[in-house]
Amino acid sequence: MSPAAITGGSGGTLRFFESTIFKKAVMASTGAILFGFVTAHLLGNLQIFVGQDRLNEYAAMLKSNAEILWGARSILLFCVVAHIVSTIQLLRVNRQARPVAYAKKNNSHSTLASRTMYYSGPTIAAFVVYHLLHFTTGTLHPEFSQADVYSNIILGFQRWPVAIAYIVAVGLLCMHLSHGVSSMFQSLGFSHPQHTPRIRRFARTVGILYFAGFASIPVAVITGILRAPIVHL
Amino acid sequence: MNLTLHVWRQKNTGSAGRMERYDATDVNPDMSFLEMLDVVNEGLISSGKEPIAFEHDCREGICGSCGFVINGIPHGPHKGTTVCQLHMRHFKDGDELFLEPWRAKAFPVVKDLVVDRGAFDRIIASGGYITARTGSAQDGNNIQIPKGAADSAMDAAACIGCGACVAACPNAAAALFTGAKISHLGLLPQGQAERDRRALGMVAQVNAEMFGTCTNVGECEAVCPKGISIEVIARMNADYLRASWKDRGARKESGE
Ligand code: SF4
Ligand code: FES
Repeated sequence: MSPAAITGGSGGTLRFFESTIFKKAVMASTGAILFGFVTAHLLGNLQIFVGQDRLNEYAAMLKSNAEILWGARSILLFCVVAHIVSTIQLLRVNRQARPVAYAKKNNSHSTLASRTMYYSGPTIAAFVVYHLLHFTTGTLHPEFSQADVYSNIILGFQRWPVAIAYIVAVGLLCMHLSHGVSSMFQSLGFSHPQHTPRIRRFARTVGILYFAGFASIPVAVITGILRAPIVHL
Repeated sequence: MNLTLHVWRQKNTGSAGRMERYDATDVNPDMSFLEMLDVVNEGLISSGKEPIAFEHDCREGICGSCGFVINGIPHGPHKGTTVCQLHMRHFKDGDELFLEPWRAKAFPVVKDLVVDRGAFDRIIASGGYITARTGSAQDGNNIQIPKGAADSAMDAAACIGCGACVAACPNAAAALFTGAKISHLGLLPQGQAERDRRALGMVAQVNAEMFGTCTNVGECEAVCPKGISIEVIARMNADYLRASWKDRGARKESGE
């Protein structure tokens, strides 16, 4: 039989970049890079508990080389855009796939995190924009100081609505990670009867630990564990 | 036992459907779900009404013909069974049951609970087989297959093409079915020659049908009557990505 018979369904030849599996692979690999960034960001943040000077020195070090800084920022921006564009393209396909909804649908076998990725994702994106305007550019921060990251954080979180918004947002981020960190292995084709359950446990642990880490800072500020900054004039 | 049924009634593909209420009285707990519907249909026919259409053939859980959604769960609440093998003893007197067809754009309703699963046939026709002649039965161990591979291939081959995975998926994706078909041949030596073309062809067909895309939530493996694991989806992804990378274009490969 000719090979044409085997590729001969009406699907014809699908272009690789248009395939849904390629788009999932894009989501997985950009997600992996963004997860790496979130990890580094968390470790950087936690230095606030060492002290004002330590955190400010670390922040100055990150900004000391403009090429590296903007190189990293461009990679992250590219990943964010690719992650979102692929999601929107796949979401469009999924929205059309079930025109008549079930009168009753039981989804109890999947995790809440996995089913709410389409909601946690856009909320995180909106939070990232606010976060950049708040702590990076200072546009939305009344007492912003370019060099004193420590004071920015303390003064920022002393407004409790801001602190609560951050806690909710990092909660959603960590929920997103608790599915995404294991889901990316599946999307890239790695699955194993023993390793996959371990990866899922790892992803859930990441969700909980990262949430504790990120949320600890606004909590420490509100409860007064992190004290008001010393202002160097 | 007495039950209240809310059943999706739809005259044909083009018309709009709606839920209708029926009473199933004196249900014998030893009946299968389909036998219970047979009795309800007898009553409908004798009172001059149109019986509820549902698909079935073997009624022993092996052909993949039957299937509808019971209270939001494809094939009903009992794990690892098709509706034809689901018995009424799993329900209790007074239960209210909602019966709906598989809901997916790619599976248009033919009538009531019957859907057209031709999309699955077209996916199989796009590569779910080997083209070599198999000839007559070979000597045992002529082709050596490691036990693990044979077991995994057999697990994947258990898929009966019922479509419950599509029905359960929040995105109406056909990933579990296609993954099972790609895995069952891809794990065996006989399937290697066409492994790449199979993945490319079948995935292309899935994309051409109106299925959604996998978001790795795992609702499919929970309802699959044959217990197919979502590991087969990862294998499909791997085969497709690798085949796309190695692809030299179909024409060059076949020497045309
Ligand atoms: S994978 Fe399971 S649920 Fe899906 S068609 Fe095959 S047997 Fe049915
Ligand atoms: S009728 Fe054959 S599997 Fe149910």
